[in-house]
Amino acid sequence: MSQNININVNYLTRVEGHGNIVVEVKDGKLEICRLEIVESPRFFEAFLRGRSIYEAPHITCRICGICSCGHTLASIQAAEDALGIKPTEQTTLLRKLLLHYEQLDSHLLHIYLLVAPDLVGVPSFVPLIKSNPDVVRRALRMKRLCNELCDILVGRHVHPISAVVGGFTKLPSVNDLEEMHKKLLDLRQDMEATVELFSNLTFPEFERDTEYVGLINDEDEYPFLYGDIGSTDGFRVSKYEYKNVTNEFIVPYATAKRTKWHRESYAVGALARFNLNHEKLHPKAKQAAAVLNLKPKCINPYLNTVAQIVECVHCVEDALRIIESVWQRGINYEEIVVPDINEQGILPVREGQGIGAVEVPRGLLIHHYECDERGIFKNANCVIPTNQNTHNIELDMLNLIPEIINKSQEEITFALEMLVRAYDPCISCSVHMVKVNLK
Amino acid sequence: MSKPKVAFFDFACCEGCQLQVANIGELLLDVLDIVQVVEFREVMSEKWDGEFDVAFVEGSITDEHAVERVKKIRDRSKILVALGSCATIGGVNGMKNSFDLEEVGRYVYGESYKFFPTIHTKAVHQVVPVDYFINGCPIYQPEFITVLKCILQGIPYYVPEYPVCVECKLNENVCMYDRGLTCMGPVTKAGCNSWCINNGNICYGCRGLTINPNTDGFKEVLKNYKIPEDFLMKKIEMYNKCKELDKS
Repeated sequence: MSQNININVNYLTRVEGHGNIVVEVKDGKLEICRLEIVESPRFFEAFLRGRSIYEAPHITCRICGICSCGHTLASIQAAEDALGIKPTEQTTLLRKLLLHYEQLDSHLLHIYLLVAPDLVGVPSFVPLIKSNPDVVRRALRMKRLCNELCDILVGRHVHPISAVVGGFTKLPSVNDLEEMHKKLLDLRQDMEATVELFSNLTFPEFERDTEYVGLINDEDEYPFLYGDIGSTDGFRVSKYEYKNVTNEFIVPYATAKRTKWHRESYAVGALARFNLNHEKLHPKAKQAAAVLNLKPKCINPYLNTVAQIVECVHCVEDALRIIESVWQRGINYEEIVVPDINEQGILPVREGQGIGAVEVPRGLLIHHYECDERGIFKNANCVIPTNQNTHNIELDMLNLIPEIINKSQEEITFALEMLVRAYDPCISCSVHMVKVNLK
Repeated sequence: MSKPKVAFFDFACCEGCQLQVANIGELLLDVLDIVQVVEFREVMSEKWDGEFDVAFVEGSITDEHAVERVKKIRDRSKILVALGSCATIGGVNGMKNSFDLEEVGRYVYGESYKFFPTIHTKAVHQVVPVDYFINGCPIYQPEFITVLKCILQGIPYYVPEYPVCVECKLNENVCMYDRGLTCMGPVTKAGCNSWCINNGNICYGCRGLTINPNTDGFKEVLKNYKIPEDFLMKKIEMYNKCKELDKS
């Protein structure tokens, strides 16, 4: 039995950004258990001040390369809310499509390249090139398809070009729609193989009940782009009350901002969305959940990855539906907007505040902006999914360690790394976190 | 002959440029046929403690810890490549340099700001020598492949000295100035195939200013279209604020 354990994972791998796990057990007693964030802060909120609110999506999407489209959409929603711009039906449809592509791209990266190596006990996808070439080829092909879908819709996936405040600077042609439809059918096929593959892999068993938080609304659609903030404990508030949800607080051993609502911590992300909105999933996604044995309310954090697979099935099917509907409606090219529109004074600029609340791959993302009568930033605040998850991850670790304390230090380290990775943390995004100075 | 040992490192950035590398799809398998990636923390757990034949460095240098870390990487690398705008020109991180650093810290982190010691944002070459530059926010994948080929052949890569306008004209885009917009194309290094303008947006100058910008010509454009100089400076600062550190 391990009486003394000293774990210090300096720079977690296969996660976005720089984070460390520090655990110390002395004489069988757990003394330290931390997920530290050591990413260099970049001060986005500070340097947005003085810039035009129309530039916000271009700048804030650069907080994160992986969820760049998600930041873009939250930013656009906050800016349009502040400026009093109502997007057209066509714009909303295409934004929903973009958000589906974002979930697919990010989830697939996580599922295949970041998590799958853990499930088969290798350090990365590279050894799999030899042992499972078909799986690696499929993973890379799916990633490429997602990228090509984004290329067609918004110019590229990392830092989308044509999605701006007011709408799109370029709209897809009929050919583009056909092309996207074809690629999605290819993806559908690969998704079937993906569900099959993961239904044969085993995830660790560990359960801890927590409050799951995400967007909810009264429509039939699985909510990604719009909604109130809801929780599995039965609460619901408007996005304008987000500060009552996040309740940022400080932990005694560090000054890191964390969040909690009705319990000690809460979780956001694919598993939270599944627990909240599973009945709104596409029938094929529900089928996939059944095959993968994922049932609401699921309280095993390792299964966040499985919830991502289920969401991927949903996104492929719903993206196909959106494209077919856009096709039938026909695209109105008169809706093309010019970027940085306030230069021309086409759209009204007013003094005010706006909030964007969007479900991005890792969970609920909030952008909160305040601008003056020329549309110049006075204040900005972003609440990132990973920030909302950090305290929940730590409490998971705290509960998990006693369950596995008799295992070797390597096994414990591996289980903890895998737990953190399951949340798909995006550390570059978590700009609010404070660096912890270790002894 | 053993494969060259390649590593990827990141500093203050969004990691989007590494992602652009991971995003080249099945082509990645061809790349892995000719190089051995020994460290790439974003997607691999493998670590390497020897010398690197080629180190790709993404991100800007924004604190003393990063200064030390990038120097150590330089010492261990035969060839060091700055990957993406944050590394090549400081990128959007440079906007911080327009503010008082303590005030910036307080604004974001309140009284806890002291836990975030920060310095003026620097591009990588402003701290250690850089052998190759791959510009762009994010990098343009075809250019990455071209530079990689140059590195492996041991020949230099020359970033085009002409502006984005040259590529934009070949792509037959309507000039953004004619659409009433202020575009950074005339003074920005080409090499991205006018990516943003092809998609209906303006050029934001993410690849850095051309080495010999046609200043007189550009001033005339600004005069013709009645664009005030301070408005333009603000646009330049979005990516190119760190350039002023080159002069000192």
